[in-house]
This record gives sequence, C-alpha cells and structure tokens, in this order.
Amino acid sequence: MGKYILKRMGAALLTIFLVVTITFFLMNLVPGGPFVAEKSISEQAQNALKEKFGLDKPLIVQYKNYMLNAFHGDFGLSLKQRGRNVTDIISSKFPVSARLGGIAVLVALLLGIPLGSVAAVNRGKWVDNLIIVIATGGIAVPSFVLCTVGMYVFGVHLGLLPTFGLTSPLHYVLPVFALSFYPTAYITRLMRSSMLDVIGQDYIRTARAKGVSQFFSLFKHALRNAILPVVTYVGPLLAYTLTGSFIVERIFVIPGLGGQFVSSIMNRDYTVIMGTTIFLATLVIVMNTVVDIVYKLIDPRIQLN
Amino acid sequence: MKQNTFSFQLKVDDFLPATDEEKQSLVQMRPSVSFWKDAINRLKKNKVAMVSLTLILIIMVLAFIVPNFYPYKYEQQIQGSEYLRPMTYSVQEQARIDAEEMVFPHIMGTDNLGRDYAVRLMVGSRISLLVGLIASGIILIIGSVYGAVSGFFGGWTDMIMMRIADIVYTVPDILLIVLISFAIQEPMASLATKPGFHWIQTIGVNLISIFLVFALLYWVGMARIVRSQVLTLKQSEYVTAAKALGASNGRIIRKHLLTNCIGTLIVTTTLQIPSSIFTESFLSFLGLGVAIPLPSLGSLASDAINGLNTYPYLLLAPAIMISLIILSFNLFGDGLRDAFDPKMKS
Repeated sequence: MGKYILKRMGAALLTIFLVVTITFFLMNLVPGGPFVAEKSISEQAQNALKEKFGLDKPLIVQYKNYMLNAFHGDFGLSLKQRGRNVTDIISSKFPVSARLGGIAVLVALLLGIPLGSVAAVNRGKWVDNLIIVIATGGIAVPSFVLCTVGMYVFGVHLGLLPTFGLTSPLHYVLPVFALSFYPTAYITRLMRSSMLDVIGQDYIRTARAKGVSQFFSLFKHALRNAILPVVTYVGPLLAYTLTGSFIVERIFVIPGLGGQFVSSIMNRDYTVIMGTTIFLATLVIVMNTVVDIVYKLIDPRIQLN
Repeated sequence: MKQNTFSFQLKVDDFLPATDEEKQSLVQMRPSVSFWKDAINRLKKNKVAMVSLTLILIIMVLAFIVPNFYPYKYEQQIQGSEYLRPMTYSVQEQARIDAEEMVFPHIMGTDNLGRDYAVRLMVGSRISLLVGLIASGIILIIGSVYGAVSGFFGGWTDMIMMRIADIVYTVPDILLIVLISFAIQEPMASLATKPGFHWIQTIGVNLISIFLVFALLYWVGMARIVRSQVLTLKQSEYVTAAKALGASNGRIIRKHLLTNCIGTLIVTTTLQIPSSIFTESFLSFLGLGVAIPLPSLGSLASDAINGLNTYPYLLLAPAIMISLIILSFNLFGDGLRDAFDPKMKS
C-alpha cells in the first residue's frame, strides 16, 4: 500500500510539473502581453514595467526564475492588480468559491444518493419513472440556462430571492441550485444503476432470506457497495466545483476563483494565470489520487496497481 | 386401444424410417442474424430511442433545410421591427398587410436589431449541431487511434501515452481555448484574405479555435475507453492468429481491434455529440464562440440575458432548443448502448 501511494504521488508531481511547463510556454508563445492593451502607457514605461517583472529576459531564464521561486512557494506579484500577491489573490478568492461549491456538492450527494436508491428499489413503478425523467432532463439543461431562468422566475418575477452577491444565506439558494443541479441528476442516475446491480446480487437475497428487514438489508448491505461508483465521481466533481464555475460566478456576481481565472486569462496576467493553473491542476490531481486510494481501501476486490 | 399409464406399450409406427418430407421438416434454416441487424432490431423496439431519433431528424430538417427557403435571412435587419412580440407586425408591415400584400409572420418575434428570431434560432441550431457533429468526428478519429495504439503496444508506450493523456486532461480548457484563439487570430485573419479561404471569416476564428481545442483536449475520454477495450480484445485468438500469419501491427489495429469495438465507438461518439454542443454553447455564452452575426444557441441565449425582464421568450427559446437537442442525443445514445451491448442480448 505504501509503495503504491508513493508511486502515485511521484506520478502526480511529474504531471503537475509538466502541466506547469506546458502552460508557461504556451502562454508566452501567444502574441501580445500584459501591458500591450494599456495604450496610455508610453513605450518607456512599458519597458520599465517589463524590466520590473523580469519579462525582458529570455524566455528560458524567465522559466528558470519562475520555477525556482514557485518551488519556494513564491508565485510572484500580479501584473495587473498592482501590489497584490498571487498567493493573496488565490487565498482571498478560493474560500468564496469553495464554500459555495462545497454546499453544492453536499446538496447533490444528499439528494442524489437517496433519489437513486429509491428509484432502484421501486424499479419500473411510477416513482422510478418520475425520478428517471427528472434526472435525464437535469443532465440536458446547461447551467447558464438554469441560472438565468431561476433568476428570472424567483428573483425578478416572484421577488423571493436575491439575484446577486453572497451576503446572506438566502443569497446562496440560487447559485447552489444552479451548481448542484447537474451533479444531482448525474449521481441519481449513477446510484440507480449501481443499486440495481447490487440488489440483484446473491448476498442481498441471502440477507433477505435470513430475515433481515428490507430497510436494513438496503442500508447495511446494498448501499455500501452501491456507493462505490459515486465515490469515483465525487473526487473530480469536488475539484471542479470547489474552484468555482465561471458561468455561475459571472451571472450572480460572485467574487470567486472561477471568475478571477477567466479575467486573468483575458488580461494576460501571467503570474495569476500560472498560480491559478498550478492550484487547479494540483487540486484535480490530488483529488483523483485520493479517490483512487480511497477506492482501493473501501473495495477489497480491486487489486493494487 | 386404451393405454396403461405405467406400461411400455410402444407404437410400431414410431420406429419406421422417416420419409423425405419428415427429414426436411427437421432441417430448420434460420436466417443468420448479423451483428448490425441484431442491433438495429433491438434499437427499433426501443420506443424512447426511436422518439429521440425522430426528434433529432425533425430538428435537423429545421436547422439545415428550412432556413434555405425561409422568407427571412438570419442576418437580415428589418427596419422598424425591433423587439416585436411573437406573431405581431411592425407599423410598416401592418401597412403592407393593409395593402393586401403577403407578409410572413414573425413566429417568434424579432430581436433587438429587428432580425426574425425564428430563423435565427434555426440557424443557431444548425451551428450548434455542426459543432457537435464535427467535433465528435474529430474526437472519434484522434481518440480511437490514440487509445488503440496505446492499448495494443502496452508497456512503456502505454504508460507514456496515458501520462500524456493525464496531462492533457488536467490543463484547464478555458485557458487553452483563449490562448489558442489569441494565437491563431493573426495567421487566420491573413489566411482569410487569400482566395479560397473566405469561409474562415464566416465561421469565425473563435469557432476554428474551438475545433482545435476539441481536437487537442477532449479526445482523452474516448482514448481511455478504446484503450480498455483493446486491452481485452488483443488477448483474443484471432489477434494471435493474425500475428502468426504475419499481419502488420497497423493492419491488426485497423482490421481486427477497431472493427471489434465499433459498438463502443458508435455509442461513445453519439454521447459525445451532446457534450460538444454543451461546451460550444457554454463558450458562445462567454463570447468565445461564433463570429457575429452568425448565431449559435449559446450566443442567442447570452444576447437575450440583458432583456430578460421584458423579453423572457428570447432566452427561453434557445434554452429549450439546447435542452431538447442534448436530451434527445443522450436518450438516443442510451438506446444505442442498449442495442450494441452484447451483454444485454437475450
């Protein structure tokens, strides 16, 4: 087990390193730069700025400097938001997105797992059909549609919910709804099919034959095994949801990491792009690795390697 | 003669040699059912899949054929008829109707520039469908070849190729789309002025960069699925036989491995179409999609947001259209999976 974890961590570090390298060179190969758009700045001032941030040096030297600094935990200053540290920006924006995303994932799990199980147990009955129709529909609706329609119906038309910002618990309702809709539908479908698989297994029949009640046989025996595919899905889901959805953050005017990332790309804020990419990539890879390890811990049928 | 239940009273007739007719009746030639016929038969029985297929075909007719002889054009701005409600006419048009002229109604009204919304919606669906189909085609080609090569050769090749796939999967896609569209802006713009390349301007550099990104990024899922199929298929006897007969690796991959995972390829590609449409609508919504005035469902929805309070139908129409397209492709893909999955065969 220890050897396996070490191997996975080595591979993860290598992947992060390569992603960072590719992003760095790709970003710099693209014509234009962070100070080109600012027409008010004279050429002299532009050169001074470039010198200040070390952008006048050859690319390979910039790369070496950046990697050395990043290795020491210094991700540099933002090129656009004067005087702000990249680490500062990420650590101020990430909690906003993470809280929203965390609630959304929690909602998706709390709704999706029971709904999927109920559908599987009542296979072919109207409850099952209803849940399946809703879940299939849920997968087909893009999040921006949900956001805007939800905003129109509840925010503007009925005037029940606030439509922008994140200042009170009520503010969370619409964004969480929009963020958790797709994962809920997906988890419901996943849970239903794996629950159907498990219910048909011999050990469930044995448990029922021994006189275990239906409720108990479902919760004690079936749920534990049926939940495995959901675990694999939740890892990447967490990584992507915690870092914030750009669409949801833009529509509801939420100052999160997702919106920050896209605006930094548009502005060519090199250091912020790099910092955020490293952060996102690390989160995705760590989550995937954790899921793989957890998966092997909870499912003894799976062999290591 | 009454037969005793427990005695062996044999009938002599049963032991006579069979006549030719009787022999013939035992030879039952059932027509052999091919893989394709079998799958299509099963698909035909699936009502949900057939309804979705019909829906897809209707949407395709609306998107590709109807706009060609529709009385309005998608970029045509009609003076004085901005923001018309559905089935209403502007003052000028009303005057023409009073003069007993035929005026085709604006079934879905018009947008802020006085363009007929119904035709824009249809052309928008055309763009979204095209993106879905072409992008899925690109993904199919790259993903299946990459996955097959990786799975077939195994060992170090496999490890390195799958690591590369991991890396590609981890780079944030928005970053790549923006960077690529910036990077190819100049070369594409100069290429578009050359004869024979004017289509680039019509589609827009952004859309081409979306295709590039699809080609570069989204093949990973397809490659992984094909690889896992190939890993099991390459153990089969017919692959060993082909090898023993001296078939080249390329031939084995083409003739034996990829043809045998054709079911998986079809299903995965069909399910890829809605997710490509999803991505395109999302990007158009961000303003990274098609070039103005060409509409796509995402850009139509994005444009409609500003007037949401007064003209909600301008948003609802493309939103419903996207959902319908994605839903029917998803359901049809599910049906295909049931039809092509041999494990479901009864």
